[in-house]
Amino acid sequence: MQIIQPHYHAIARTAQDYERMAMSGVVAVCEPAFWAGFDRRHPETFIDYFAQIAEFEPTRAAEFGIRHFCWVAVNPKEAENRELTQEVLRQMPEFLQKPTCLGVGETGLHKSTPNEIESLQAHVEMAMKHDQLVLIHTPHLSDKAHGTKTVLEVLAGMDVNPDKIWIDHVEEQTIESVLDAGYWAGMTLYPVTKCSPRRSVDILEKYPRERLLVNSSADWGPSDPFTLQESIVEFRRRGHSLQDAVEVYHNNPCRFLGQNPKWDIKPITISEE
Amino acid sequence: MLTPQKTLDTYYLEARRDLLEVAAMLDRYDQAVKRDSEKAEDESKRFSLLQAMQILSKPDHPQADRAEKLLKHFAKIS
Repeated sequence: MQIIQPHYHAIARTAQDYERMAMSGVVAVCEPAFWAGFDRRHPETFIDYFAQIAEFEPTRAAEFGIRHFCWVAVNPKEAENRELTQEVLRQMPEFLQKPTCLGVGETGLHKSTPNEIESLQAHVEMAMKHDQLVLIHTPHLSDKAHGTKTVLEVLAGMDVNPDKIWIDHVEEQTIESVLDAGYWAGMTLYPVTKCSPRRSVDILEKYPRERLLVNSSADWGPSDPFTLQESIVEFRRRGHSLQDAVEVYHNNPCRFLGQNPKWDIKPITISEE
Repeated sequence: MLTPQKTLDTYYLEARRDLLEVAAMLDRYDQAVKRDSEKAEDESKRFSLLQAMQILSKPDHPQADRAEKLLKHFAKIS
């Protein structure tokens, strides 16, 4: 089965992960800009990072026949540094023109501070101005419900196209509000702190699937790219057809990401099972 | 050996995850009942899980033997 890994932090992972993902059917990964585990002090560090994910990482993925796409943003944790955020934002349009850059992300909220909210608004405004897709991070654990509500309130006050916005890391307590507002919703499968493969399939069975994305967001922390495949196995184990699996784990990412013409992977139909 | 605080800080998130999995499993059962308009022919496994949670929810276990109690409890299910 062909699989899209829509949210993946490749620079934090090994070539062996690429190899194993390729062997398991992954044909493309998308790498949003994220927190490095420490707060960067210089805009130039971001610029080099954007170059790494826009120019170098596609070559590493290509060694294993995997397409690599990226997103650029200042992540919410570093948005407290307003000066840095503004300078990086000023230089971001250059990267939005890169042939594998799909949009602005991951922006969003961490502790929902005024500076984070200001940064989120600035990122979304830039995305809409440049007709880009947006990937929005929602907070972890006990901050999630409040942070997701705040994200939705911020977006409601802006002139945005919900079709182009993916709100990520939804769980049972936040998915309904995201879908009701017309956005795409992403489930991130983590070994401990986010959704799990089985719970993701429960959600896929409970809600309309047309705007749902599933990802591993595997990074430098406790995470695993193959939680995505665990979700697929669980989905199939419950009797869902191969085509239904393809719709969720390949075609939905193609439909959302394909709003950017740089994404040229098309939805597929299985002719026979 | 871990201190009491370190024990909670080390294992809280994993225990939270495991409880969420149990909650999701029970929701999954309820959804299946709703979908099929009938309960399982034999609900003893469900009742066993609910009873296990009652055992866990007792605040004091002076012998710190919850796992042993649950194993004996689950042994009643074949």
